[in-house]
Amino acid sequence: MPNIESAKRFTAAFFEREEDLIAGAAEARLAGFEVYDVYTPYPVHGMDRAVALPPSRLTWIALLAGALGLVFGLTLQVWTSAYDWPLNVGGKPFNSFPLFIPVTFELTVLFSGLIAIGVLFARNRMWLFSKRRVFERVTDDRFVLVLKQSDASFDIDKAQRLFSRHHAIDVVEGDQFV
Amino acid sequence: MAVSVREVGRVEINETGQQTASFEIAHPVYSKLRSPLILGHKSYADVTRDICQLLDPKPGRGWWISFSVSLVLLVIGVVAAVHTVTTGIGTWGLNKTVGWAFGITNFVFWIGIGHAGTFISAILFLFNQKWRTSVNRSAEAMTLIAVMCAGLFPIIHMGRPWLFYWVLPYPNTRGTLWVNFRSPLLWDFFAISTYFTISAVFWYLGLVPDLATARDRTKSKLRQTLYRAMSLGWNGSNRTWSRYETVYTVLAALATPLVLSVHSIVSFDFATSLIPGWHSTIFPPYFVAGAVFSGFAMVMTLMILVRKLMHLEDYITAQHLENMCKVALLTGSIVGLAYVTEIFIGVYSGNPNEIFVIINRGLGPYAWAYWIMFSCNALVPQLFWFKKLRTSIPAIFTLSILINVGMWFERFVIIVTSLHRDFLPSSWAMYTPTITEVGLLVGSFGLFFTAFLIFLRLFPVISINEVKGVLGYAKH
Repeated sequence: MPNIESAKRFTAAFFEREEDLIAGAAEARLAGFEVYDVYTPYPVHGMDRAVALPPSRLTWIALLAGALGLVFGLTLQVWTSAYDWPLNVGGKPFNSFPLFIPVTFELTVLFSGLIAIGVLFARNRMWLFSKRRVFERVTDDRFVLVLKQSDASFDIDKAQRLFSRHHAIDVVEGDQFV
Repeated sequence: MAVSVREVGRVEINETGQQTASFEIAHPVYSKLRSPLILGHKSYADVTRDICQLLDPKPGRGWWISFSVSLVLLVIGVVAAVHTVTTGIGTWGLNKTVGWAFGITNFVFWIGIGHAGTFISAILFLFNQKWRTSVNRSAEAMTLIAVMCAGLFPIIHMGRPWLFYWVLPYPNTRGTLWVNFRSPLLWDFFAISTYFTISAVFWYLGLVPDLATARDRTKSKLRQTLYRAMSLGWNGSNRTWSRYETVYTVLAALATPLVLSVHSIVSFDFATSLIPGWHSTIFPPYFVAGAVFSGFAMVMTLMILVRKLMHLEDYITAQHLENMCKVALLTGSIVGLAYVTEIFIGVYSGNPNEIFVIINRGLGPYAWAYWIMFSCNALVPQLFWFKKLRTSIPAIFTLSILINVGMWFERFVIIVTSLHRDFLPSSWAMYTPTITEVGLLVGSFGLFFTAFLIFLRLFPVISINEVKGVLGYAKH
């Protein structure tokens, strides 16, 4: 994830329709501009491909967390029921493995879900008192494409032409992203 | 309007020095044959305004009246709970033969109600059923509240609810004496607490972008502080959305087997015992289908009220209600099939105790309850075969309430009729609920509606961002 502070100078184009945004972002990327990020009021499908964003690895985190929960659940039950204090319950074996499956399953799900969402919040730097900048109306009905002006070769006229070809309704330049 | 882009060409530079790139924009899932999910040709801004403005004004008279009534019911429940705990479980109508009755009936009933919320939010999400977007937020809220209502009954039944944490396997000063992991009642604790936790985070994750919308729109200082904190600095960045959708899908994939496991485990409370009428392998699927069935009935009851009172007819359309009727028809038919299977297998088993339970249910002293159950759950949903009834709001409302009643009686019948005439005729007994138990049931409805009414005032009642995503459902 690009560091927010590092985007010192940026150009933001505002669009009204997701089609314009997708096409604009994809073209900007192919034309050699550095797409900093895209802001939308709802998840726009096809956007990841347009800006060549690789698939998230959070699914793997969820899988590992689930495996952790599974191991923890089984160990907890076998250890408490068969080793630490074996109790004869209705003559059942101390290590009554099939009866441990329900709790193991629940703990797998619990670990996987909680850790996945925890890592999501951490990775997105979402926390209670976050004071991140929000573009005007982006949580309502605007689609914003932000290009990073990485170096002196950034051609603002070329960017302007690209934006207007995709029906951008407004273009803003700024110094500090946050 | 969701489109996907396929790159078909690279950037070329033409003679004038201008760069061009060609793209193919495909519309993979949307078709002209579909009718729109949201009526009234809404723009994105209209959706934001329509849903957010429900939060702005002071609550009206209708809300206050419903809230006061719910609060009174809740107070009745609190009084009954305090009476139970201070005096003892003797305040309930239980006896030596019927040791489980009203409390567990209500517990299973409320857990079942919760299942529809997860069905809508997780299973329909995985099946890409776009119509879920209008109802999933409130259905999930209903799930959370219903699970809370359910959880109260076992805790109150413990007699000393302040020691409820003893069901946790924690190192303690009693030895360490561990909990019994072989007991379905303990599985219940794990299943329900996991279910509640995962449903809560799933619901909250879906709320975050909408809370950001509410944050950027509200004028009230107090609300802005609340939404600012709860929206966790959401700014709609595509990287965030991408990860958000990944985790949302993961949670849906986790919640799907979870919801099936919860009512299966609840059914194990009965099925792993040796009581005729309980000891049955059909119980897990039968309970799960019944749970989704009762839950959909409750969602329909609530949604009909919400769309009318909050003027959301454009968002929760007749089409949504019709789809829910179809799910109720399917699950209701499974439940009906289970009833018939139970009778057949009971008789076919040749086991005199099994046969006796079947006859005692249909013709014994609780036959009235059995036939209420049978007609409300097996026969009433069959009326949804008629499109006229599926599309008539008063008809759906009436039928959904009948189903709720029937599903409450299903649990009562399963529990009480199997117990009250056991293997020893000398110990046969009847069970009648006391006023305290009825008070607890009334109180759980009070808690349910009080919490739901607070939810309606505090959070966007329809998922704004998901609805925006399906606005173009039938446009292309």
